[in-house]
Amino acid sequence: MSAALKTESFDIAAIRSDFPILSQTVHGKKFVYLDSGASAQKPRAVIDAMVNSMETQYANVHRGLHWMSERTSDAYEAVRDKTAKFINAASREEIVFTRNATESINLIAHTYGRAILQPGDAIVISEMEHHANIVPWQMLRDSHGVELRVAKITDSGEVDFASLEEKFADGKVKLLAITHMSNVLGTYAPVERLAKFAHAHHAKILLDGSQAVVHRQVDVQAIDADFYVFSGHKLYGPTGIGVLYAKRELLDAMPPFLGGGDMIASVSYERSTWAKPPYRFEAGTPAIIETIGLGAAIDYVEAIGFPAIAAHERALTDHALAVLSNIEGLHILGSAQDRGGVISFTMDGVHAHDIATLLDRQGIAVRAGHHCAEPLMGRLGVTSTARATFGLYTTMEEIDALATGLLRVKQVFA
Amino acid sequence: MSETAELYQTLIMDRTKNPRHAGKPAKFDLEGHGDNPMCGDRIHVYVADNGTRVNHESRGCAIMIASAELMADAVVGLTPDEVTERRMAFEAMVNSGTPNPALGDLNALSGVSEYRSRIRCATLPWSALAEALEGAK
Repeated sequence: MSAALKTESFDIAAIRSDFPILSQTVHGKKFVYLDSGASAQKPRAVIDAMVNSMETQYANVHRGLHWMSERTSDAYEAVRDKTAKFINAASREEIVFTRNATESINLIAHTYGRAILQPGDAIVISEMEHHANIVPWQMLRDSHGVELRVAKITDSGEVDFASLEEKFADGKVKLLAITHMSNVLGTYAPVERLAKFAHAHHAKILLDGSQAVVHRQVDVQAIDADFYVFSGHKLYGPTGIGVLYAKRELLDAMPPFLGGGDMIASVSYERSTWAKPPYRFEAGTPAIIETIGLGAAIDYVEAIGFPAIAAHERALTDHALAVLSNIEGLHILGSAQDRGGVISFTMDGVHAHDIATLLDRQGIAVRAGHHCAEPLMGRLGVTSTARATFGLYTTMEEIDALATGLLRVKQVFA
Repeated sequence: MSETAELYQTLIMDRTKNPRHAGKPAKFDLEGHGDNPMCGDRIHVYVADNGTRVNHESRGCAIMIASAELMADAVVGLTPDEVTERRMAFEAMVNSGTPNPALGDLNALSGVSEYRSRIRCATLPWSALAEALEGAK
């Protein structure tokens, strides 16, 4: 049990000691990791849980009649319970394990999209979506004849409800697919209000929680979300494991995504029948070790607690916005009221890639580019940005190091 | 910072800030373009006056713009085959980080070899030029 799990208050030093990689150096400099929004680092508890499973308790799940398989199945299924509780799903059957949030959205597009949505129906997304919440709907549009509409965001980087009203006006919209937190602007979308809005218009709502679930307590029932998706690897868990939450009645009505073992009730050469959700959507041997890692990540985050995590990250974000605003020629994208630890910026006369390379040489890892949100870059009038994202292990000193690093970048380009 | 300063040295910064071959010429014989979907960088290369003038229209980072500038200097008067030869030598140099005396000022970009994700920035203008010269064949 790590030190962080024992303390009541937010002990940043103890938390950092839980993440072995944070003591690494890069180019001979202290490693400052400000790219958690792309993928978060892993605490010892997650690493140990995965290694421990492989060393002491591993076999295929749902198949073996032997002791080891039964124990592994129990451990795997326990993570489903844990995940359901984590986002307050009404039942464990509403949790489908996927590879990542992208696969979760594709699963919905392929099954709900093709079986429930009809040609002529419309889907609305926003201008601040990740490619993962754009491209699957374009593919569905092209193959199935649904319409794809894009609701505007305001200049501050918030959902524009007037535009949303307009997109919904003709009553054709059956699904609103929107991010819970922008991976570029850091904006939190008002998800309860959006769900009410969608439902009042007889549409379902899908929330891309990839960023949000890391920073805030998510309650899918309080939100009244129909679909909620996220990835394990941004939540301090491993890659290769993602989550799809959907209301039970929706999953019941959805046909399978992939066919194979584990997703069937019976198979003959003439016909096969499908297992009940969630197994209907989990064909083949799942990511057993990664799922166990996700369970450890959820335990880790919950032991620290979202009130403490959110307070720490709010302080970091406020500090970052303050110090970065002080740098002349630096422009922060978006000014939403409700925003979290995702800050994209540009610098006059310096390309984002040059910023990233020059910071990297100082040991500071940020992302640069279009952040898998090319249409949003167009909306903001930029081609690429640099982006610093924070995790629960990020420190005020690291924000200061970023500011100092950016001043050096300015010197090089002066 | 010393390592960084090596890549972002005077020659590169000077050519990025004061490009001599930037802009689309009124008349040109050949045109090629390059895109880096990872970062949205884009370049158009124009060959004019029987291969004696190369211009570029660039939207990108310092490394790409400096590379386009130094390339425009380096290929003046070369035949398409000689350009291909130089391009291959350039690509070998930025991948290995070993300066090649035959490449002259282009060696200023040898430091890019330490930044794997940035090698593409340096080679993109050359890809665009190759595309332009394909049109000549």
